[in-house]
Amino acid sequence: MSHDNSSPKFLQHHFHDVEQQYETAKLGMWAFILTEVLTFGGLFVAYVVYRSWYPEMFVGANLLLDVNKGLLNTIVLITSSLTMVLAVWAIQKKNQKLSLFMLIATFLFAFMFLGIKYLEYSHKFEVGQLPGEYYSYMGPEIAHLNNPHIFFSIYFIMTGLHGLHVAIGMGLIAWLIYATAKGNLNSEYYTPMEMIGIFWHLVDLIWIYLFPLFYLI
Amino acid sequence: MAENQKQNYLTHPKGIMSWLLTLDHKRIGLMYLFGGIAFFFLGGVLALGMRLELAAPGNDFVSNDTYNNMYTLHGAIMIFLFIIPAIPGALGNILLPLMLGAKDVAFPRLNLASFYIYTVGALFVMYTIISGGVDTGWTFYTPYSTTSTSNVIPMTMGIFVIGFSSILTGLNFIATIHKMRIPGLTWYKLPLFVWALYGTSLVQITATPVIAITMVLLILERLLGIGIFDPALGGDPVLYQHFFWFYSHPAVYIMILPAFGIISEIIPVHSRKKVWGYKFIAFSTLSIAFIGFLVWGHHMFTSGQSVFSQIVFSFITYFVGIPTGVKIFSWMLTMYKGQVSFTPPMLYALSFLFLFTIGGLTGIFLGAVALDIHLHDTYFVVAHFHYVMQGGTIIAFLGGLHHWWPKSMGTMYNQTVANICCLGVFLGFNGTFFPQFLLGLRGMPRRYATYDQQYAELHNYSSFWSGILGLSIFISIMNLLWSLRKNNKLDPGTNPWGGMTLEWTHTTSPPHPHNFEEEPVLEHGPYDYDKVIVEPTFKK
Ligand code: HEM
Ligand SMILES: [Cu+2]
Repeated sequence: MSHDNSSPKFLQHHFHDVEQQYETAKLGMWAFILTEVLTFGGLFVAYVVYRSWYPEMFVGANLLLDVNKGLLNTIVLITSSLTMVLAVWAIQKKNQKLSLFMLIATFLFAFMFLGIKYLEYSHKFEVGQLPGEYYSYMGPEIAHLNNPHIFFSIYFIMTGLHGLHVAIGMGLIAWLIYATAKGNLNSEYYTPMEMIGIFWHLVDLIWIYLFPLFYLI
Repeated sequence: MAENQKQNYLTHPKGIMSWLLTLDHKRIGLMYLFGGIAFFFLGGVLALGMRLELAAPGNDFVSNDTYNNMYTLHGAIMIFLFIIPAIPGALGNILLPLMLGAKDVAFPRLNLASFYIYTVGALFVMYTIISGGVDTGWTFYTPYSTTSTSNVIPMTMGIFVIGFSSILTGLNFIATIHKMRIPGLTWYKLPLFVWALYGTSLVQITATPVIAITMVLLILERLLGIGIFDPALGGDPVLYQHFFWFYSHPAVYIMILPAFGIISEIIPVHSRKKVWGYKFIAFSTLSIAFIGFLVWGHHMFTSGQSVFSQIVFSFITYFVGIPTGVKIFSWMLTMYKGQVSFTPPMLYALSFLFLFTIGGLTGIFLGAVALDIHLHDTYFVVAHFHYVMQGGTIIAFLGGLHHWWPKSMGTMYNQTVANICCLGVFLGFNGTFFPQFLLGLRGMPRRYATYDQQYAELHNYSSFWSGILGLSIFISIMNLLWSLRKNNKLDPGTNPWGGMTLEWTHTTSPPHPHNFEEEPVLEHGPYDYDKVIVEPTFKK
């Protein structure tokens, strides 16, 4: 079965029209977002359980995190969400160049986020503030606290999983940059950019939860 | 027409690569089907091996360690490699777009990806087997699973990977059901199998992420000693049970809802009667999916749960019985005054009604705290979940396989042999598992290779009938495969049971590579046997 010549080449053969294809992609993406929320939700439950078991330890251990770097990263990630929105807006307005620029900016912000995270992690590795059995830090601030290794287990698992999402997001954005530069994405067809945008906002949103949970309270 | 008769998805296009890289949902479904059946066989061999060991009280054939490996692998293979992927992955994939009048699922590439993710997960499980097995039971309870020296990591890794396949299939089906229906096919005109897949998919995408993250935590606990589940490091092993059952109770609905869907198709077609209580069946599916998320604690009555939680979980557990009962009554009323024909699919459906009812009712026993404290971890639980999972899901799967075999393969098996096998399955199943209720009531614990002399007679009886059960299933599958021999093709227009849904009325058997020659136009509802006459046609 072939479709008639009037249908654009980005329309896959099993859809009737562009609108159906777009609506389907959007629904699929939101369903995916739901699974992501539940994945982090499971870890969030672990956080709540252990926080209620060891409230003093959690309060004490969070002081060991670097709030400034955390705050900087929050700003970086929120900005990258903004540039992502602008990239989609620009392509809708037929401004491919601006869109490309915004995508590259988003990519660089993501990179910056991971760079700052790397600095934080490597400091933790140096002083031995590590998950579980690898934990060895015995500084005076927390000498009186029970099981601080659990705090760092949860911290590393949650921020690590989030970092993995940032890295995957960078891969996707890199692909968007390529596709936009080649003109495969344009004002008529930019569904992938919109979908990856939704994913990117989710990644941002998760961090907005993680930041206060670990750094502030 | 002559050319079209030759063109079907099985023969067009040709070549091994056209299968391995296919985006056709029907071919992907078939690959799931044969993968699933292969694992069913493997799990079945392990099961018969265990029954052989249990035929007499002592360690007759295998050591206790080997036995521990056997039941773990049996459970994990049956659940994660066969039951959970098989019905949605195989029958769901083949049928869903056909039933919706669509050319394919919403995301064909993702569909192929889920199949390969499933394959990768299966390879992890195979690796576990050849590298020495795992002995924790399919539930991987901590703290034993964090200290056992067996291969917990590759096994749980496999389950983690398969989880992604399950999520992607669920997501794909939800988008397909919402967006790929032909015009006029409104929600209440959908075949009930589609509703069942919808409920299943919702559970798949919402529960599976939790098991995935649980498996990750378990693996990290073993690798890094993170202290989440290990009490020696300040963790809580019972939290593992909460996480596990928060997924695995809903997962029993991933296993049974598609089976409900199959039964809802078979019964009206083979009774030639409009389904009774369409909306009851449709909405009971959704309410089961929802209530299923609230009852996980009934697996943990003996874990030191507070009396308050026991009461609450027990109370909510009873609610699951309501929508389930509604379905059973709807099916029975559908048959009432219908022209019931005793074809192989219908015999399986009748067996299902009988066996699943026993399974469901004994679930109510187990939901009562006082009884469960006695029955927990005994053969009573083993019998209960085999009545629902094998007597329910696998019987429905076999029924569905016999129902849609002529549609998907374009051949008809020997119906007399199929009927005899179905009877053998029914008798063999009851003979195997009914005694286990009695064993459990008398205190026989599960997961032991040896037992006290007083249980010998019932165990021996169970082992004998398990042989009949295994043989009957084996022959019934062989009977299906034998129909694929040369020169046994049906006429492409065949509608052997007189089905009314689009896959029967608007496409050939086996279907066209793009499902329909042209987009179908809906002429009647899925079960309008009171308004339209669709005669069964059966031509060679
Ligand atoms: C009316 C519906 C049902 C009720 C009230 C019910 C209730 C229960 C309860 C209370 C238990 C815990 C027993 C114990 O471990 O002490 C249990 C175990 C189990 N049930 Fe059900 N059940 C129902 C239906 C199902 C269905 C439909 C399936 C699967 C298709 C299923 C599969 C299982 C499995 C696999 C276990 C044992 C898990 C294990 O410990 O390995 N149940 N059921
Ligand atoms: Cu349960």
